[in-house]
Amino acid sequence: MSQIPTTVFDKVWDSHVVRKIEDGPDVFFIDRHFIHEVTSPVAFLGLESRGLKVMFSEKTFATADHNTPTINQHLPVQDPLSANQLKALETNSSKYGISHWGLGNPKNGIVHVVGPENGITLPGMTIVCGDSHTSTHGAFGAIAFGIGTSEVEMVLSSQCIMQPKPKKMRINVNGKLGKGVTPKDVVLYIIAKLTAAGATGYFVEYAGDVFENMSMEGRMTVCNMSIEMGARGGIIAPDETTFAYIKGREKAPKGEAWDKALAYWKTLKTDAGAKFDQEHTFDAADIEPMITYGTNPGMGLGITQHIPSAQATGSGKASFEKSLNYMGFHEDESMLGKKVDYVFIGSCTNGRIEDFRAFASIVKGRKKADHVTAWIVPGSHIVEQQIREEGILDILTDAGFQLRQPGCSACLAMNDDKIPAGKYAVSTSNRNFEGRQGPGARTLLASPLVAAAAAVTGVVTDPRVLMAD
Amino acid sequence: MPMPIENVDTDQIIPARFLKATERKGFGDNLFRDWRYENDNTPKKDFVLNNPIYSGKILVAGKNFGSGSSREHAAWAIYDYGFRCVVSSFFADIFKNNSLNIGILPVQVSAEFLDKIFTAIEADPKAEVEVNLPEQTITIIATGESEKFDINSYKKHNLQNGYDDIDYLQAMKSEIQSFAAKSMY
Repeated sequence: MSQIPTTVFDKVWDSHVVRKIEDGPDVFFIDRHFIHEVTSPVAFLGLESRGLKVMFSEKTFATADHNTPTINQHLPVQDPLSANQLKALETNSSKYGISHWGLGNPKNGIVHVVGPENGITLPGMTIVCGDSHTSTHGAFGAIAFGIGTSEVEMVLSSQCIMQPKPKKMRINVNGKLGKGVTPKDVVLYIIAKLTAAGATGYFVEYAGDVFENMSMEGRMTVCNMSIEMGARGGIIAPDETTFAYIKGREKAPKGEAWDKALAYWKTLKTDAGAKFDQEHTFDAADIEPMITYGTNPGMGLGITQHIPSAQATGSGKASFEKSLNYMGFHEDESMLGKKVDYVFIGSCTNGRIEDFRAFASIVKGRKKADHVTAWIVPGSHIVEQQIREEGILDILTDAGFQLRQPGCSACLAMNDDKIPAGKYAVSTSNRNFEGRQGPGARTLLASPLVAAAAAVTGVVTDPRVLMAD
Repeated sequence: MPMPIENVDTDQIIPARFLKATERKGFGDNLFRDWRYENDNTPKKDFVLNNPIYSGKILVAGKNFGSGSSREHAAWAIYDYGFRCVVSSFFADIFKNNSLNIGILPVQVSAEFLDKIFTAIEADPKAEVEVNLPEQTITIIATGESEKFDINSYKKHNLQNGYDDIDYLQAMKSEIQSFAAKSMY
């Protein structure tokens, strides 16, 4: 008996379709729903105006992260609008019996950091959140993607959303990554190759030995940025690395339930011969530390390269020029040596312990450049604790850096962590859109190693020159 | 309203600092905030929304409109400002879903047809463009040029009848309940 070969994405998607609508979307069942303070209040208002209840409150988890301050979290939140949203999340969670990790809770942190580190995120699940970087959880072999507030209301009231099944793309990266090349560089490289809209309409599976040999933290960084090339999400088939990461975490299955779950998770592979609508293959040896020069994440290049021309990128001339004007850059310039005013390490992209280890590896024995303002923001209190326990805090303090408290922070500048107009920030976050880090702010996306090299030299610097062989 | 800019992301449509309301109202005031206003809140003269020569309920934009953040606030801001239809040669997935969910029609046209619309508006800022949902056509009135657009029949039916997905899902609660009972999670 031979079955049609299928992908890990098909296996998880097809097992969650409650009903198929002819010439319409699938009614798609959701296993885990994360909510935060910014995109949920209107959904709860919607429930109330329709007189609906939350169908499965135990499948939804609330955490405060988007507009929370990263200093003095023990004090009342100063901004009344932010405080109001945080209060609404707390009140709604309590009213509907939803688990809520608000400010001050030891489990609090960025939603896409705390889900995995507490064992809420598991292989084979469908996971949504009113946040596009929900794609992060695909690192576990889950189908995870961002939704709008109307869909948040759907999940709360019926545990389902209406989704057309996306097309399938596989991206293979094979070989061995060079010195100083991190998962962030791999994904920035892929986005630069495919462009910021290159995977729109697709769900991406990442395959090849580069991802097989990558840690869970690294896989999360890669899947996190799937949305930056327009993809609905990214997925990596679960393996021993995945299972070892999950085992023993607070909400992970235990005992017999673990054995049963593990047996199922091991079936979540893409079969040989499975068909994709599009496939791309890259060589790890071609990737160097990356940095962006423009105003979308597809405008990235190897740190030793020169800024290309509009023609070379295939983008419209007017849009390309608008972007370079905003950044204050010109075609054919080198990125190396450009002055940096701010450095931000953190976010759901690079706010995990490995990211701070990488940052500290460069900073150790050096000093922060005097003119650089650095914001070092752990993704969660658990990450913050690890930073202390591993001695990373001492390295940072000796070099003149301060550690802040967890939250989304300067990634989207909803709190006070805003880059001033015209200033340049090397940022480990995920978006370099105009004004993303504050009105007029100029963002250079990069890895924690590139961020650290900029923080100690004060200019865009190839981290490999600061690394031991 | 013509906006021939590519990759208009949701941070441009509505910057994050304006997402702090707990009710869905007033977002139209901050639509394209940083392109529309100077720091001191005076309107930027060269921005299309501030040019009184243009008007209408159809926003026509360059390719890859609505990329980035999943914030439905972007669609709310466009709706609240008064647009009911966005035309582009390419839309980001989440923005497209959000628009359909709140009653904005995203019309995806070919790159050639998009150019024709921009050319028509350039020739006459009052040029009319008609979007016909039942027929699934978009027409430049002055030239009579027309193109078909896609929308699945489920969403089309919803838009035409004022239904939404929540109504649909509420009507199948028992089916969802039995599905959930079999879930291992």
